[in-house]
Amino acid sequence: MSEARRQVEELRERFLAAVQAAADSESLERVRVEALGRRGRVTELAKGVGRLPPEQRREVGQAVNALKRELEAAIRARREVLAREALERRLREERLDVTLPPRERPEGRLHPVSHVLDEIVAIFADMGFAVAEGPDVEDDFHNFTALNIPPAHPARQMQDTFFLETTDAQGEPYLLRTHTSPVQIRTMEAGRPPFRIIAPGRVYRRDYDMTHTPMFHQVEGLLIDRRTHMGHLKGCLVDFVRAFFERDDIPVRFRPSYFPFTEPSAEMDVGCRRSQGQLVVGAGDDWLEVLGCGMVHPKVLEMVGLDPDVWQGFAFGLGVDRFAMLKYGIPDLRTFFEADLRWLRHYGFLPLDVPTTFAGLSR
Amino acid sequence: MKFTLPWLREHLATDADATAIAHTLTMIGLEVEAVADPAERLAPFTVAYVEACEPHPNADRLKLCTVRTRHGTFRVVCGAPNARAGIYGIFAPEGAVIPATGQVLKRAVIRGVESCGMLCSAHELGVGEDHSGIIELEGPWEIGTPAAVALGLEGPVFDVAVTPNRADCFGVQGIARDLGAAGLGTFRPREIHDVPSVGRPGPAIHRAFPAGEEEVACPVFVGRIIRGVRNRPSPAWLQRRLRAVGLRPISALVDITNYVMFDLCRPLHVFDAAKIRGDLVLRYARRGERLVALDGRTYELEDGDIVICDDTGPISLAGIMGGESTGVTEETTDVLLEVAIFDPVRIARTGRRLGLESDARTRFERGLDPAMVMPGCEYATRLILELCGGEPGPAVVAGRVPQERRAFDFRTSQLPRLGGISLEPAEIERILRALGFELAGGPEVYRITVPSWRRDVEGEACIVEELTRIHGFDRIPPVPVTRVEAVSPVRLTPAQRLRADARRAAAAQGLLEAVTWSFIPAEHAQRFGAPQPVRLRNPISAELDALRPSLLPGLLQAAARNLARKHERGALFELGPRFLEGRPGAQRTTLAGLRFGDFAPRHWSEPKRPVDALDAKSDLYAILRDLGVRTEALSVRREAPAWYHPGRSAVVALGQRVLAAFGEIHPLILERFEIEVPVCAFEFDLEDLPQPKARKGRTRPPLEPLPYPPAERDFAFLVDQSVAAGELLEVVRRAGGRLVREVRLFDVYAGKGVPAGKKSLAVAVRLQAPDRTLTEAEIERVATHIVEEAARRLGAVLRGAS
Repeated sequence: MSEARRQVEELRERFLAAVQAAADSESLERVRVEALGRRGRVTELAKGVGRLPPEQRREVGQAVNALKRELEAAIRARREVLAREALERRLREERLDVTLPPRERPEGRLHPVSHVLDEIVAIFADMGFAVAEGPDVEDDFHNFTALNIPPAHPARQMQDTFFLETTDAQGEPYLLRTHTSPVQIRTMEAGRPPFRIIAPGRVYRRDYDMTHTPMFHQVEGLLIDRRTHMGHLKGCLVDFVRAFFERDDIPVRFRPSYFPFTEPSAEMDVGCRRSQGQLVVGAGDDWLEVLGCGMVHPKVLEMVGLDPDVWQGFAFGLGVDRFAMLKYGIPDLRTFFEADLRWLRHYGFLPLDVPTTFAGLSR
Repeated sequence: MKFTLPWLREHLATDADATAIAHTLTMIGLEVEAVADPAERLAPFTVAYVEACEPHPNADRLKLCTVRTRHGTFRVVCGAPNARAGIYGIFAPEGAVIPATGQVLKRAVIRGVESCGMLCSAHELGVGEDHSGIIELEGPWEIGTPAAVALGLEGPVFDVAVTPNRADCFGVQGIARDLGAAGLGTFRPREIHDVPSVGRPGPAIHRAFPAGEEEVACPVFVGRIIRGVRNRPSPAWLQRRLRAVGLRPISALVDITNYVMFDLCRPLHVFDAAKIRGDLVLRYARRGERLVALDGRTYELEDGDIVICDDTGPISLAGIMGGESTGVTEETTDVLLEVAIFDPVRIARTGRRLGLESDARTRFERGLDPAMVMPGCEYATRLILELCGGEPGPAVVAGRVPQERRAFDFRTSQLPRLGGISLEPAEIERILRALGFELAGGPEVYRITVPSWRRDVEGEACIVEELTRIHGFDRIPPVPVTRVEAVSPVRLTPAQRLRADARRAAAAQGLLEAVTWSFIPAEHAQRFGAPQPVRLRNPISAELDALRPSLLPGLLQAAARNLARKHERGALFELGPRFLEGRPGAQRTTLAGLRFGDFAPRHWSEPKRPVDALDAKSDLYAILRDLGVRTEALSVRREAPAWYHPGRSAVVALGQRVLAAFGEIHPLILERFEIEVPVCAFEFDLEDLPQPKARKGRTRPPLEPLPYPPAERDFAFLVDQSVAAGELLEVVRRAGGRLVREVRLFDVYAGKGVPAGKKSLAVAVRLQAPDRTLTEAEIERVATHIVEEAARRLGAVLRGAS
């Protein structure tokens, strides 16, 4: 064996051992530089190959190249081992207190009245109703006269009205609408039949006690065409309450009642029972009045220029807040308007709770 | 309207029990609010005898009674002053529920002596007001007789909520007629015979109304004198009956008027004829006149109140309440019975103004049956003769009983058309006749004459109602309302959709939706943009007396309430109307939000900090962006309304159009609302948002391909404190030109290392070309231009480059 070959062999043993002995990537790098760097021992050896006698050049050259490759492979392998060891060490050391409470995210809610209103709209939209609107400030004509409530009618006592200091052209004070029924009138005045609308909104009555607030929410419904009768009225509202309460077995009954703007007039009751102080809608031993309805009074149709011998249909009005209370077991109407943060978080709905009839009204 | 079952049975032959009657009443439109059977509630209470009564050894006012009861003999500790040996009382055994308190009676040791059961007062049993002592029954009684029997209670008692249209059902007879029509028995109207008169008539009666008004104000007034009566307490049956329906027996004459009023829906009045001076005159009152009514109160009259006068002036408020000066007493010997019809509108107006509720007013203002005037007079006369004796004079009649009856044609086709049912002609005729309608013709078209007591029935729709309600709403088959389209089309208008989106966008920012009153204190309205608030004439309180011109006062009050409840921070919004003027349509739909206290609850991950204007700005921008507003096109101007902090607020505009305002609430406003933490708020009207353009399709523009790598350069500018960050960003954006993809302010710093009066604004600029990789030279050119422009326009210098 030539001197050169011996030298190669010597370096090989020495550096392979050094590579294996390198305890971290820095020492491994030092070994690499010492062996394979620009002035490394193996590099120097390779540079010397040219000076060897021709008969040795080839053999030694091949041996040095083989050594280079071997060392490079060994270093690569060692580097991977060291990296893996380093990672394992890091992963052993890096520990977070995963019991720390998460960072807070916004937690907004919709008011139950908004959600329930969306539920009601979803159901009636599915039955072909559009949504109509009217002003909160009304005139005497739309709130009373056009609805067949003449000035001395006892029904005007039933609804204690807020009047404004401003007056209309006739000198009658403007008022805050006592029901959403004027939207019926405005809709029929502005359009042409058939009509199929619901009209949600704020309504106002001079009443403030355990069960009444001076402002609450109603939804008015109106269906006018050439053929709709009381059977449709019943069908529509029974379908509605069963969809709304998400129960097919809710007992429903219609009782004759009185509203100046409908004839015949009815009130709808749903079955209910009292359980642990809470009113639960469904099969039970008691009835609960939930809405008023009836066939639109011929005088109302005449008032908006429709011939009652041609056009006919029904109207209804329901209290949104009350429906919210019944469905979600909210005990006190007054709390709806207090904006108590705990209450809003407790009874409110997430912005992603979008009620639809196909996906469900609520979760 | 209350009545008892035995009373009803005088008008209706029926075997039906109270439950069946109540159910039928409700289902024909006479809603039964309650059926109370006093016997049921009083079942545990029975007659007992006090055998002995001695003083309590340890208490001066208490007594030890030995009481013999149905359950045995007990010792009862009793504090009633009238407790004594030898009386009959009503005994409550252990376990009984005391009606007045709802409490269960328990065995108790009272001052060291065990007491078993209780002797009851009328008040405790809920049968009277007397709680001065225990009930004393006039003996002897069999021990154990039910209290209801001993006390002579009549029941069961029905309480019906009569709707305003059914004036006729404020009498038992009217209710019985409806039940008869509904098939629950045979209606038996009271048979009333004329009572022959004797002697002279009573005082003359004059109607003195302005010309042409008397037929409306008082079409008929009947006065009948009955001489030589003896007024005394009514017989027990009458007292019992009146008590059962909640009336207090007074004297036979008064009780008779109440009885006839409840029986026939025919209010009456009785004057002591001896106290009437001269003739009776019916007229409008004149402002300034007064009347002391039977309730002992003095009422100030107004022009137009209908009064009954004698020579002394008004002696009765027509249709509402009689006057004290001519009221009957036990000494009355000559009584003048009044049976009249008055203008319901005036009665209602007077009663409402005076706040005077009476059973008579309830009936008069709904409209009485004119055909009942003469029978009512005869029936009352007969009762007076029966109970008080005397001789009836002839009736004096002013005016005449209106005879007009409404009549119209009813096409039976209207029943299926409106009611959704068909009935045989025989059934139609049976129902309508049972209700008192007269029919002619048929079966396609009937000529219908409406009974005098049904002034509410005006046309065919009313007849449909009569037929359907008596036949039963339950028997109308429901028909589903179906829509025309296979797939439901969009039902909401863009504005309605926008509102729904706005709510969800606000909630998504962490705000809780509140609903507050549309009315606020006028003083708040003045501070929030309405120098002349739209005021209510009749607010429910001074706190709620003006329409709100802004939603913020309501939300601030809500914040204050929450703070008072120790919710130290919070975020609220409301979407609803605000009012510009007091007329229909002068309102906008507004979204307003606020945050108060610290931005977030104290948390390990974030330092605690109070909310500031930029939190409101962040909420506002996020919501506007969600509603389709290009927020990068918005400009900010320091012009916010006066309720904001002048230095920490702004309006946001799109071009010249102001969309919204945000900022911290002015400290003086916070002081007004007693809020001691910072509050930031924003508000905008949904009507001001740019309307979405009507589009044919829903395709979006293609995503611009950017295959070449971006370059990012950071600049730390030193500027004067007064330079607005927004201006610098705008200058940088413009200087960068078309290659700028994004400009981001990533640090704002003043303090150590920055000269006084200066601040450091660090800006990251991202450059990218769509068609090539930018060269270093290009990037350098842009960067140099940015620095030059910032220096030229805003005096900015690069930090560390000086």
